[in-house]
Amino acid sequence: MAATETLAELKDAAKPHLEMEPERPQLLVGVATCANAAGARKTRAKLVEALEAAGLTDEVDLVQVGCVGACSREPLVEVRTPGEAPRMYVEVDEERAVEIVEQDLSGGKPIVAWLIDEGERIGEPAPHQTMARPGEINLFTRDWQNVGFFERQFRIALRNVGRIDPESIDDYLSVGGYAALAKMLDEMTSDDVIEVVTGSKLRGRGGAGFPTGMKWRFTAAEEETPKYIVCNADEGDPGAFMDRSTLEGDPHSVIEAMVIGGFAIGAERGYVYVRAEYPLAIRRLEKAIEEARERGILGENVLGTDFSFDVSLRLGAGAFVCGEETALIASMEGKRGMPRPRPPYPSQSGLWGKPTCINNVETLANIAPIILNGPEWFASIGTEESKGTKVFALAGNVNNTGLIEVPMGITLREIIFDLGAGIPGGREFKAAQTGGPSGGCLSQEYLDTPIDYDSLREAGAIMGSGGLIVMDDASCMVDIAKFFLTFTQDESCGRCTPCREGTRRMLEVLERISVGEGEERDFERLERLCNACTRASLCGLGQTAANPVISTLQHFRDEYVAHIDDRVCPAHICRALLHYEIAPDPCVGCGLCKRVCPVQCISGEPREPHVIDIDACTSCGACYEACKFDAIVRA
Amino acid sequence: MLYEREALDTPEWWQGLDEMIERQHEQYPESVQTALIPLLHYVQNAFGYVPEKAINHIAQALGVPTAYVCGVASFYSYFSLEPKGAFTISVCLGTACFVRGAQAILDEFCRQLDVEAGGTTSDRIFTVSDSSRCLGACGQAPVVMIDDDVHAKVVAQDVADIVAEYEARARREMQAREERARADARSHVQ
Ligand SMILES: Cc1cc2nc3c(=O)[nH]c(=O)nc-3n(C[C@H](O)[C@H](O)[C@H](O)COP(=O)(O)O)c2cc1C
Ligand code: FES
Repeated sequence: MAATETLAELKDAAKPHLEMEPERPQLLVGVATCANAAGARKTRAKLVEALEAAGLTDEVDLVQVGCVGACSREPLVEVRTPGEAPRMYVEVDEERAVEIVEQDLSGGKPIVAWLIDEGERIGEPAPHQTMARPGEINLFTRDWQNVGFFERQFRIALRNVGRIDPESIDDYLSVGGYAALAKMLDEMTSDDVIEVVTGSKLRGRGGAGFPTGMKWRFTAAEEETPKYIVCNADEGDPGAFMDRSTLEGDPHSVIEAMVIGGFAIGAERGYVYVRAEYPLAIRRLEKAIEEARERGILGENVLGTDFSFDVSLRLGAGAFVCGEETALIASMEGKRGMPRPRPPYPSQSGLWGKPTCINNVETLANIAPIILNGPEWFASIGTEESKGTKVFALAGNVNNTGLIEVPMGITLREIIFDLGAGIPGGREFKAAQTGGPSGGCLSQEYLDTPIDYDSLREAGAIMGSGGLIVMDDASCMVDIAKFFLTFTQDESCGRCTPCREGTRRMLEVLERISVGEGEERDFERLERLCNACTRASLCGLGQTAANPVISTLQHFRDEYVAHIDDRVCPAHICRALLHYEIAPDPCVGCGLCKRVCPVQCISGEPREPHVIDIDACTSCGACYEACKFDAIVRA
Repeated sequence: MLYEREALDTPEWWQGLDEMIERQHEQYPESVQTALIPLLHYVQNAFGYVPEKAINHIAQALGVPTAYVCGVASFYSYFSLEPKGAFTISVCLGTACFVRGAQAILDEFCRQLDVEAGGTTSDRIFTVSDSSRCLGACGQAPVVMIDDDVHAKVVAQDVADIVAEYEARARREMQAREERARADARSHVQ
């Protein structure tokens, strides 16, 4: 029997938790790490309780889904009633949960003020299946394409995240999951697969942007067996969570792609190397692997064909450098996670010395739609050199924090001000940081630069894995550079001198500058250190460690000048450069500052103006935050 | 009052470890070392740290030098060679949380508990982690993770309440344990 027929049988037998065309009301609750942090577990428990109280337990399906991306509005609860456009409630705490059940579900009156689209679509019919693309069915496009935060997005990698129950393989099957795998097994040779992936011009999403098709071809060309395919789910960039969300929301999309990749390169075994810090992602992956085995999709004779493939998990243990491919291999082999020089590349000699193909989570999540829709379709999205979409973890000082997937070529301005809805608290935009510790900070002038691999590199940042941190005018760029160097210095594995010593020296210089002991020669010193570290380091960690310094020096030099020449921190962040005083006029002598001061350096009689003992003051700012009369002056 | 973790150190537990080593041997016959990191995870999960006894045991079972096991365990920040408090407070210092003021929150925890980052309180209830990196909840920054609970959008004013909540939990647990021990002792007498 052909794989497509085996799959059709599985699909017929499937009992998805989320029906395509629901015949009865459904409640979708986002359950993911971010949502749980916002209290989704409590919300869910309350919904169960409220449904019971309303006597609706047997009439409404309560289903958990992954995070749809609007993290700042979580917990999210989506109500679907047959024939109607879905309604997404935001910030659903326990109180709102009860109201939603009582008013919307029982009473038939949606609560417009709590809806993400503020009720724009109430009364509209359910969106039509024909809007389905890519893959067989794209629920995201169908349900949310025309609504605010989602409007500029185009979801390929995240197509199912937040749309299906990630703990149910039946849900994945019912939206066309594993159809790409079956199609490949029936109709394609491994060369065909590589041809299609190459033709799509998909580039690796893990940071380096290497063409995926080419990597597969290199590994396929090796004679030595066995070969391995490894999914890099180490997601080390602190401030990025694309891979976590994908694994938590749609683990099968990654597993399906690993089987496809395994077939293409001639591997029978795959590993997912996942951060130990992601317990929910690990649990859902385990469940997905188990269910795929039960259905005959993993293991001997995949979908009844004579191809066999299995996947297992390996946990990381908290080392950033293990995201680097050769260090990752060392870690999987039970060694210290230290990189080694390349060549040989992992495609030649990787895990246990065998040919190994390493792909990032998001790279893999793009594979099934490419197989189904063809390379031309994928290559028609994005820019000349960067095809398809990119997922960004939008965070920091921006109103809508969360996960977005946008076509390559979109500008920073569109992301930050349209999708992100601008900077909170009436503050000004100062910088956008992409690429994490390997990336750079871009200033205002770059807001209209199209985002693709090459333009970002030219601007002094990198695409990286997709972390995008927005900073407002209260951020100090010297402090940010210091932050990243603290990180890389700490994470440097110590194997090569340029990285180990270079990051330490750079950090020392930055620390001096931030306490007002910088000198004119520090510019030159930093430039020299940046250069040495970039050129002479063994792996990508050291080669890119200087980027945060280089880019802040380039785009925010005046802030360094202010710290060094004038001994001031314009953003009032660097503590040692701050001075606090009490202005006698506005001070009413309430004594609050005196009480909050951790070092007891404020004195004064009740109802008399107080004074700060400047010598004892540690500039912690507690009094400044506490004063209700704006009597504390910061300079 | 000094908090102590419940002793897991039973013969059954060590037997479980041996069984796991056995399974790993079967899975990767050509490379026993491969089992090392999964084994360290297993130990760390049970004890909250990797005790010397476990290091020796694993080294012997895998036939590698103790120094090698130590070297690997100390390379990864997830493994601790020192005992930890009942609760580990991890203030995320990833970029998103940092930009939203996480450092001040960490300072506040350290101040209230009177420990340095990385230290454990003298009653062994809290360890304040000094190496917490992005927990993947950046949209809710700044976040603090205590055991498996994630606290979102934390401000310095929340710190006292958070500390009190977990302190009470640790005390309740100890009390329950004492009562159980007393009940056990009584039933022995009878
Ligand atoms: C210091 C360092 C850290 C890295 N961290 C990651 C990571 O967390 N996730 C990832 O997918 N790739 C990471 N990479 C890139 C990998 O080495 C590798 O290029 C990538 O996993 C290949 O997958 P791709 O071609 O699908 O992007 C890192 C590289 C370096 C130098
Ligand atoms: S930076 Fe703190 S959760 Fe990501």
